[in-house]
Amino acid sequence: MDVEIGLRVDGEPHRLVVDTRTTLLDAMRERLGITSPKKGCDHGQCGACTVLLDGRRATTCLALAVAHDGAEIVTAAGLADGERLHPIQQALLDHDGLQCGYCTPGQVCSAVGMLAEAEAGWPSHVTADLSGAVELTDEEIAERMSGNLCRCGAYANIVAAIREAVR
Amino acid sequence: MIPFDYQRAEDTRSAVATVTARPGAAFLGAGTNLVDHLKLGVAAPDLLVDVSHLPFDMIEPLAGGGVRIGATVRNSDLAVDPVIRQRYPMVSAALLSGASGQLRNVATTAGNLMQRTRCPYFQDVTTPCNKRRPGSGCSALEGYHRDHAILGASRHCVAVHPSDLAVALTALGAVVQVEGVKGARSIPIIDLYRLPDDAPQHDTVLEHGELITAVDLPALPMATRSTYRKVRDRASYAFALVSVAAAVDVERGTVRDVRVALGGVAHKPWRARRAEEALRGAPATDDAFRAAAEAELAGARPLRDNAFKVPMARNTIVATLRELTRREEP
Ligand SMILES: Cc1cc2nc3c(=O)[nH]c(=O)nc-3n(C[C@H](O)[C@H](O)[C@H](O)COP(=O)(O)OP(=O)(O)OC[C@H]3O[C@@H](n4cnc5c(N)ncnc54)[C@H](O)[C@@H]3O)c2cc1C
Ligand code: SF4
Ligand code: FES
Ligand code: FES
Repeated sequence: MDVEIGLRVDGEPHRLVVDTRTTLLDAMRERLGITSPKKGCDHGQCGACTVLLDGRRATTCLALAVAHDGAEIVTAAGLADGERLHPIQQALLDHDGLQCGYCTPGQVCSAVGMLAEAEAGWPSHVTADLSGAVELTDEEIAERMSGNLCRCGAYANIVAAIREAVR
Repeated sequence: MIPFDYQRAEDTRSAVATVTARPGAAFLGAGTNLVDHLKLGVAAPDLLVDVSHLPFDMIEPLAGGGVRIGATVRNSDLAVDPVIRQRYPMVSAALLSGASGQLRNVATTAGNLMQRTRCPYFQDVTTPCNKRRPGSGCSALEGYHRDHAILGASRHCVAVHPSDLAVALTALGAVVQVEGVKGARSIPIIDLYRLPDDAPQHDTVLEHGELITAVDLPALPMATRSTYRKVRDRASYAFALVSVAAAVDVERGTVRDVRVALGGVAHKPWRARRAEEALRGAPATDDAFRAAAEAELAGARPLRDNAFKVPMARNTIVATLRELTRREEP
């Protein structure tokens, strides 16, 4: 079954007809040529396909495109302000928070979403007092970023980059 | 993936009527489990009725002091809700221990409760599995079953229920609100889930087309001192080998009341009633906690490769109760 949907990606409106089986990730990558979100596992396990979906970080490989008609999406490519990188992107470069770079767009979107969550006072699994204040220690950063795998093992530098960007 | 139709549900009544009338139809939440199953061929619905936009996205007080959680409340929003964090910390803790931030941001309450087992054979359509294809056999019985059940299993299926949230809700004695073509019904969560017996294809007692609209938490003041402890192979982002949701009410060193439920050990979240009974009126000591855990686990029937779960469950019960009682009496 084909359905017409609208998506706004990085500020650009798009209208497209998708088969109901199309995921949001495939709609972006295969139909709109937006290749910043990556396909790692295609099963929700690696975080490479993470974007900001209606303002919150979300994986897109298990989301059906038809279910997100009208969605507002920001990818890592849309976070930079022209040539000026987003502070998270700059920090990842400064700290060698990547090797092959395949997981990086997902890491970037996840980090940006994660910082907003922490800002809003959301606790994590490692927060001792669920109702207390949130301090982004390395342990907190690692836990909150655990949905983003890095096959190159750049984890230590990713945590360092985010720690730096928080300051 | 076989082709399917998609409808965004307009209202509860039509969603329920549509799915009930069509044997191949299924409700869709955020899709984080169902879309995975579409890809794997585990599920092949011919129509998805998207209920994720129905107006059940509220967390509201109930007359009588309880709290109603709407079926479409997202896992993160539930976990961070101030009332839930303060009055039912085990619910927040259970959710925060599951999946990842970006999955919790979309996953719905009802979808979480209705997610299906992570048994690798269930997810692999090339292997026999009674839950996926009734009568085909259980590959896990003699195969890979390290993650599987130690309580309440049958020779037809030894899978465990994967939801962390459901374990906390079982400890609390939550009630699931369901809407069907014949009207609404309330199902205590303990009765929602089934043991496998000879029909492991049914995870729950819901009939095809019955829609979860809300989950009600009882007032339960002692739940303000509750927690969820999850033991897993990795520090994060993994399903439970064993988990414990517990709440304790201790007065002058004696357990007045207690709630304990176990995850990762059975086809359903396991309410540890024997342990609870043993603990009521007992001293809040490690010895009493251990004895209660052992009473519960006396019925354990581990498989070849998962006997480790019995002492692990015992130790986790003890550690969880110790943490709660130490916290209560500084
Ligand atoms: C990589 C990964 C790791 C995970 N780790 C964990 C973990 O550690 N702990 C944990 O608990 N979970 C974990 N999960 C599972 C996750 O919590 C579930 O996938 C999610 O909660 C399902 O919610 P959903 O809204 O996406 O449901 P969907 O996938 O949309 O639906 C799931 C099922 O619920 C049914 N359904 C949906 N809404 C209703 C309704 N209102 N009434 C009746 N039936 C309904 C659907 O028909 C379907 O059968 C993990 C998932 C992934 C992908
Ligand atoms: S344990 Fe259950 S789900 Fe796993 S193979 Fe056996 S029947 Fe299937
Ligand atoms: S591609 Fe989406 S999580 Fe791996
Ligand atoms: S940089 Fe290569 S996967 Fe992360």
